Amino acid sequence: MVNTAISVKDAVVSYREDVALRGVSLEVASGEFVGIIGPNGAGKTTILTIINGLGKLHSGQVRVLGKNVTSRNINFIRRRVGYVPQVEHIDPRMPISVREVVMIGRYGLLGLFRRPGKNDWKIVDEMLELVGMDHLARRPIGHLSGGEQQRVAIARCLAQEPELFLLDEPTAALDWKAQTEILELVRQIHDARKLTTLFITHDLGALPVTCDRVILMKDGLIWSEGFPVKLLSDANLSQLYDMPVSVVKKRRGENILV
Amino acid sequence: MDLSVFGYQFMQNAILISFLAGITCATIGVFVVLMHMPFIGVCMAHAAFAGALLGLWLGFEPLIGAFIFCLLAAAIIGPLADRGELNPDTSVGIIFSLMLGLAFLFMGLMSGSKSGALELLWGSILTSTRSDIIFLSVVVIIVVGLVLIFYKEIQATLFHREMALSVGLPATIILYGILFLTGTTITASLRSIGGLLIFSLILNPAAAAYQLTYSMKRMFLLSAGFGVLSGWIGLLFSYLFNVPSGATIVITSSVIFMLAIVFSPKRKVKKWQGKLLSEKG
Repeated sequence: MVNTAISVKDAVVSYREDVALRGVSLEVASGEFVGIIGPNGAGKTTILTIINGLGKLHSGQVRVLGKNVTSRNINFIRRRVGYVPQVEHIDPRMPISVREVVMIGRYGLLGLFRRPGKNDWKIVDEMLELVGMDHLARRPIGHLSGGEQQRVAIARCLAQEPELFLLDEPTAALDWKAQTEILELVRQIHDARKLTTLFITHDLGALPVTCDRVILMKDGLIWSEGFPVKLLSDANLSQLYDMPVSVVKKRRGENILV
Repeated sequence: MDLSVFGYQFMQNAILISFLAGITCATIGVFVVLMHMPFIGVCMAHAAFAGALLGLWLGFEPLIGAFIFCLLAAAIIGPLADRGELNPDTSVGIIFSLMLGLAFLFMGLMSGSKSGALELLWGSILTSTRSDIIFLSVVVIIVVGLVLIFYKEIQATLFHREMALSVGLPATIILYGILFLTGTTITASLRSIGGLLIFSLILNPAAAAYQLTYSMKRMFLLSAGFGVLSGWIGLLFSYLFNVPSGATIVITSSVIFMLAIVFSPKRKVKKWQGKLLSEKG
């Protein structure tokens, strides 16, 4: 049993001239459910990508599930880390069905030269049922709406049977009812499967309900972290998003009404 | 209609070559169409042409020159494609025009008859030799074999490379493998199909198949079928009307694409949605 699921030390990441992370350190214990919030360009997505090795570190060290993220360990890590990226446009003519997309989640586990068997398809169908997308299983993936694709992406991650769950704005493309449903679903799965979850969101209302801990990011740094209720004060948010406290108050009030 | 010509060795070779080139070019076509990078085919075809001309000019085997230039093009295209910076307007356009420039440079530097060079541009399917057939057969076996063996890795990479990487698949190796196979296929079909025409044999059948199915397996099969059909129908017309076979093959593949567009169920979906919208409005 590894007690620290993710350990990031002094991570610096830059894209061309821009520095996306400026020396970020972070520890996530196994079983934790951690939310990350912050304005656009704060480096939230970059943090997720250095954990599964899609992003390249300039300096610093990342350990995931007890292994250093290096090219030698990368496939070991990626098979155990489920990653739900932000919704992207998918060509509606793409010749691949929802069921096949979810099966891609199992491809890493299967390894080279092995084809998906009956058991793999059974797991895929169960996951589609779990996220409520079983009725669309045979549709082309590009025909689904953003929210439906988001659920399919979550099903794909679950089909991978990961130990670590990384979600990049899983509720961004959803209506408010679906947002709550998806977050509840993610939390349920997290508890039932004893996962470690790190997720990025803009949905402030959801954080206290789901998260054990919240990380606030700004300008490529971790600005603050702690328990959601304490941390998400109007004063903190006003500094995080560079908005007067009164505006933050007003917006949060509106959010509750929505 | 006198079809006795099909009894001759040169015609049988041509039929066999169009079968083999049809399958392998169309398979490559599925890769470039699904990755939304059809210009990889144009770039590579022109690189092969330039390389072959270098060979002709300096007096070494043109196909070796073609292959080396394809690998060079892959070495430039690969990292660009990998970083998602490959857009047809700029980077590929520059590589493409550079290759074309080199090709004309080598052609200009060549002394004596330019017919060999023009043959590489237009292809000469009717003068294919036994060694062309053997080379192409080996390439077909390699390309089709690799697609069968690594189907799930290729499927995931074609659908979404970052997703394939994130579940632990070697998607970067697959991408470079695809570029390598593209270069090999183009080299092997260069002499018969020609540098200018090869691109349409790569793109058109796959683009037609793309219109007709939502299954990637079926897309591979349809594309190969269209590729072979383009070659065969093209050859027949070329013989019947006594016109260059390269031209008829390309025109046939374009007609197949247009028919696919007309009969595409994917377009019908759109029409049907349009109808619903207009009814609502």
